[in-house]
Amino acid sequence: MGNGEEVGTAILEAAGAVARPPNIGSWEEAGRGFDWVLAERELGWGRGDPVNIGWNLSDRICRRGLAQKTALFWEGAEGQERKYTFDDLRVLSNTVAAWLSAKGVNPGERVCLFLDRVPELYLAFVGILKLGAVVQPLFSAFGEESLATRLLDAGTCCVITQRKHLPKVRRARAQLPGLRLVVVVDAGDARLGEGEVALELDAAPRVEEYEVFPAGPETPSVLHYTSGTTGQPKGAQHVHRSLVSQYLTTRWVLDLNEDDVYWCNADPGWVTGTSYGIIGPWACGATQVVLDAGFGAERWYAFLEKRRVTVWYSAPTAIRLLMKEGLAPVRRHDLSALRHLASVGEPLNPEAVHWSREALGLPFHDTFWQTETGCIVVSNYPGMPIKAGSMGRPFPGITAAILDLKTFEPLSEPGRVGMIGLRPGWPSMIRGYWNNPAGYAKKFANGWYLTGDRGTFDADGYFWFIGRDDDVINTGGHLVGPFEVESALLEHPAVAESAAVAKPDPVNMEVVKAFVTLKPGHEASPDLELEIMNFVRKRLSPIAMPQEIAFVPSLPRTRSGKIVRRVLRAQEFGEPLGDVSTLMED
Amino acid sequence: MDDLRIAILDYVRREYLEEDDERTLSPTTRLISGGIVDSFSMVSLKRFLERKYDVKIPDADASPEAFDTVDSIAALVERLAAVKA
Repeated sequence: MGNGEEVGTAILEAAGAVARPPNIGSWEEAGRGFDWVLAERELGWGRGDPVNIGWNLSDRICRRGLAQKTALFWEGAEGQERKYTFDDLRVLSNTVAAWLSAKGVNPGERVCLFLDRVPELYLAFVGILKLGAVVQPLFSAFGEESLATRLLDAGTCCVITQRKHLPKVRRARAQLPGLRLVVVVDAGDARLGEGEVALELDAAPRVEEYEVFPAGPETPSVLHYTSGTTGQPKGAQHVHRSLVSQYLTTRWVLDLNEDDVYWCNADPGWVTGTSYGIIGPWACGATQVVLDAGFGAERWYAFLEKRRVTVWYSAPTAIRLLMKEGLAPVRRHDLSALRHLASVGEPLNPEAVHWSREALGLPFHDTFWQTETGCIVVSNYPGMPIKAGSMGRPFPGITAAILDLKTFEPLSEPGRVGMIGLRPGWPSMIRGYWNNPAGYAKKFANGWYLTGDRGTFDADGYFWFIGRDDDVINTGGHLVGPFEVESALLEHPAVAESAAVAKPDPVNMEVVKAFVTLKPGHEASPDLELEIMNFVRKRLSPIAMPQEIAFVPSLPRTRSGKIVRRVLRAQEFGEPLGDVSTLMED
Repeated sequence: MDDLRIAILDYVRREYLEEDDERTLSPTTRLISGGIVDSFSMVSLKRFLERKYDVKIPDADASPEAFDTVDSIAALVERLAAVKA
């Protein structure tokens, strides 16, 4: 993260040496005469090959002679291991598609993946796309309310889940008349109820040939839910043509080749985990490794070493947790296979870049993008000098600008703060919010897509992140909408009013802090604070759980009665309160 | 197993597992790296320990490693309680 002053004093660093020329070549040359057709040609679309992403990630790679190459190596929390070749991926995704079709799931319907990072998640993702249905991945740590809200909005007909998450699905189902089918991938001897069916994928009859749904470039593919300042989360609607920019950014930013072993830390419940944890890398024919376990420095380093990971896409929060453990753990491992590192989710602080040079011999390359953009839009590229703390430069073919906050005209003077805006038109930009055209229209002004993030650019054209332009909380790289947290808080019997804002945090950048007033008969206490924290965690998710709750006599409001979050947020960040003349006096 | 470990195990089971979750928890079960308690939820576990055992756990000590098993959590609580005494 940087501001105008930091821009002027930033240290210009040379990028880490790479063993071979990066795929992008030079950023300057890649941008000259750029056309996305380049990626379409590499994907074979000019020959009339299918556009369907599912086919492109599996059948196309097999056709390139890589059928017996490992597509997925998976390690579970208890050390279990499973391995799948690209031919396994092709056949097992066929199996999922045929099985769902036989159960009455139709093209265009929404199928939710509510799974931990188990192999079935990755295989079913590809299978659902082959069927022509829309994949709706949801973070498996979501509580029943978060789950129900998103399934209801999407009109989801089928949820694929695990036994351990079945109780949450069952509780949510009471609110979901359109949910016809619940598929359990590890049912074993569990007693299943009405509308619940077991699918043991490894034991299912393999479907060698399957006629993939003839998706067009604009056919809906993936539906990710993302949080905003107001209202409930919105469904960001991607289409099959997103593959074009997801493929090329994976080649040029993550520098992936088919001989790479790649690890993406993101859960596919979030867009990074699908764009760059499934689609991009498999479109390149790379081997993906997945560790379905929580954070642990020793475990992570051992995994990088054992799997000989060459390219690692992580997040600032994880990097800061590794930094907390010091250099001793990393020194115990041979991580010499690593050749490129990248990071996403929140601004990568300069200290993390310096630390990774010392600890891993390579710098992390910050990348910037959003659920709505579908692909990386501003980035540091292999071979391009890194300015530690900078977001980097726009991806070739994508026009980014810093916009005046009132007129939304591009600013031409380096160092001025404005809204980061993008010219619409790249292939993976979402085509709308599910059932919410008005919400989508609000994301545009003066012909620009408004990211909601503020930034600056410097004289060399590098962008620098300043902060959100709204009340959305970025915690550990995940966006949390204050409205959803406030609504959950109000469901607690002791809470009368609530406001949720960001609070600075050394590891997660921001965490959720709640301010609440209590109903008569309830008294503030540490026990009540813990009870409310756990209440929100179970209803929404651990990410949305307030990490601190302030019990206050009243909340700042405008004269019309609207709670003013910005005053509370400014207090937390030690910033000026701004114009408070319209606030109601106590 | 001592009372401290039993109380922490009870809390973890009650708060972080579903009622019908059949997994067996022991003082050496990996909680954080095993995916039972995530790093965000760790804050509520920390708050519980501070309340119940009247200790203050410094942020530097509240690492995923220190919270990875009931044994390591209990050792941390015992150390902090001893310092306080």
